[in-house]
Amino acid sequence: MINILKQITSIGMVTEPYDKRQIPSRFRGQVVIGNDSCKNCCACLASCPTKAISQQGGCLVIDHKACIFCGECVKHCEAQQLRHSTHYKLATLSDNLAETGTLLKEKIRTIFGRSLHIRHVDIGSCNACDFEMNALSNPFFDIGQYGIDFVASPRHADMLMITGVVTRNLTQALFMTYEAMPTPNLVMAVGACAASGQVFGNTYAINGSVDEFVPVDIYVPGCPPRPQALIYALLLGLNKEDLI
Amino acid sequence: MQYQEIAAHSLVKEVKDIYNQGEYRLTAMFANDERNMKGYFAIYCIFAGAGRFKGLKAVIGQEALQFPSLTPFFPSAAWYEREIHDLFGILPVGHPDLRPLVLHENWPEGLYPMRKDFAIDMHVPMGEKPYNMLGVQGEGVFQVPVGPIHAGIIEPGHFRFSQAGEQIIHLDAKLFYTHRGIEKAVEGLSLKMAAYQAERICGACSVSHAISYAQAVESIANVEIPKEAEAIRVLVAELERLYNHVGDIGNLCAGVGLAVGISNGSRLKEILMRLNESVAGNRFLRGIVIPGGVSMDVTPELVWRIRKDLEHLASEFTEIIGLLQNNSAFLDRVESTGVLSSQACRDLGVVGVAARASGINVDMRQDYAYSIYNELHFRVPLYTSGDVAARLWVRKMEVEESIKIVKEVLEKVSSKQENLLVSIPEIKPYSSGFGWSESPRGCNFHWLMVGENNKVYRYFIRSASYPNWPAVTIAVIDNIIPDFPLINKSFELCYACLDR
Repeated sequence: MINILKQITSIGMVTEPYDKRQIPSRFRGQVVIGNDSCKNCCACLASCPTKAISQQGGCLVIDHKACIFCGECVKHCEAQQLRHSTHYKLATLSDNLAETGTLLKEKIRTIFGRSLHIRHVDIGSCNACDFEMNALSNPFFDIGQYGIDFVASPRHADMLMITGVVTRNLTQALFMTYEAMPTPNLVMAVGACAASGQVFGNTYAINGSVDEFVPVDIYVPGCPPRPQALIYALLLGLNKEDLI
Repeated sequence: MQYQEIAAHSLVKEVKDIYNQGEYRLTAMFANDERNMKGYFAIYCIFAGAGRFKGLKAVIGQEALQFPSLTPFFPSAAWYEREIHDLFGILPVGHPDLRPLVLHENWPEGLYPMRKDFAIDMHVPMGEKPYNMLGVQGEGVFQVPVGPIHAGIIEPGHFRFSQAGEQIIHLDAKLFYTHRGIEKAVEGLSLKMAAYQAERICGACSVSHAISYAQAVESIANVEIPKEAEAIRVLVAELERLYNHVGDIGNLCAGVGLAVGISNGSRLKEILMRLNESVAGNRFLRGIVIPGGVSMDVTPELVWRIRKDLEHLASEFTEIIGLLQNNSAFLDRVESTGVLSSQACRDLGVVGVAARASGINVDMRQDYAYSIYNELHFRVPLYTSGDVAARLWVRKMEVEESIKIVKEVLEKVSSKQENLLVSIPEIKPYSSGFGWSESPRGCNFHWLMVGENNKVYRYFIRSASYPNWPAVTIAVIDNIIPDFPLINKSFELCYACLDR
């Protein structure tokens, strides 16, 4: 017992502001398109494993929800106009949540912002997103400091964090978990699989992305999103702009 | 490798002959649809023993899609055969348990997705097959269903406990909930594109899967990758083992409610994850191992950083382990809990930490040394008690060994690394080969057949969790149900690795 107390006091407090630490230079974040002219080689489109890049009206559009941040497009761009920045705060609100004027939704988010209980459900992930969600509870991030907690049952939850593509074998579990939650609630699609459903393409065992089955409020790109990106997404969803 | 080609009806006899030679044991078994080339389905059996591999190819006759089941004689074949039955519709005659394994009750009868004539985008209606969970009936015996969605942040799986009071008398596990059909998804993809899916079979084993896949490609293409690329692969593989083992030891403390162990384990794991992010730009070390070599070098600054972080880790780790070793309340929970016998290990072909904790000396890095492991100096820790404690102490010693390996590897990488990648040449269509690696959980075995234009024809993934899951259901017998989370965490198997 004495040794345990000694160890605890010798380490002290390690919890830190979530986004203050320097981001490693190799970190592959947002794919940024340069200002110079595109050579129209289309190598990026062909090289993307998840078909996250498309051409719309002559402009290159990168869907970060489907991006696995592998760097293939950056490597293949003949004009060298693509690069990974270290920007990782890529979470977006869905249209119905981002709409202004929905006062009720805004109020709900603000109330949740005081205390949010989250239920996780894995509906076909590779477990990387799950591990990053686990990391939110480690002493460095200590998600509890924001009034956020993970709970064991959807009946106790205000938010559902969903990881993975919707597999055939878990579609029923997704519906049942969602329906067991009290309303109003929020749904977050964590990672490229949940947000886009495109990581493994379309197979006999995959039914699609989360928003084809339950309404999604917050999308978090990443493969997997680093814990800091998840904290950003949570604060964004909870309207806590002062902390972002 | 040459496969000994046999007719399917003599499969049992041939496998018995191989087992009677003494050293070879079944490592993987899968089917392949070769109707467009040869006009038949084939069952491949891969055996490993004494540092060598042996392959058997059983050709299924035209008259009936069936083969004699190996399961009554070799229990390790049970899941492989159920999977072949599910995905190819080939019947293992005499199999004692042909319930669906991979495709659940929602799958309609008569559709076999891994056959070549099953289009990948085919719409499959919902089916309603019966699925009976196995349990024990009788007076005073009750059943406890758990999952597939669990209370914590963990992967999905359904467990059915048969209980007499607190004591578990039987456990049946229904898994494959996160089955994504990756083996089908990569068919027709270029070898390079498929690598991204191979890396995403499992998060916690990303590097091992990437290495197994890359080695399979390289062995078929008959290319040798630069020595320095091998060194970097070993480096990231050991970094993966480190963060897994350190995190798993912390998680194991969660199984007994020892808060100081949980927070220290997750703290040290976070330090390692941040190191990973500096090395590979991704916290799960994704994107560094690719077919033909590695995509990134290790700069002198990184070498310095890795050395510094691991030195720090080593001293802190020793201190935390000291807290566990001298804690009688903790030892009381982990010792003699969840014992897995060495006989069960041998019967089921158990691999990795679980096998080494039960006295089975297997480690792919030592027995089938790949990459540059034969030039490195490390011990393979061995325990014989087979309980939760043994699996914990094996991990503890492997952490120490991995730190040593990393230090040794860092000596081998020069300050200026060039040519870390060789290109994969055009491969003769329908060549096959395999790759393997020792993941934090055991042997990851990948078999690959390349089709025309360097595209994947058939890919079979046998992760370490595959042979180890059935062992969990055996290790829990006679334990009390509140110890199940602890026993389960001591194996720390991936669901995603198994389900794929």
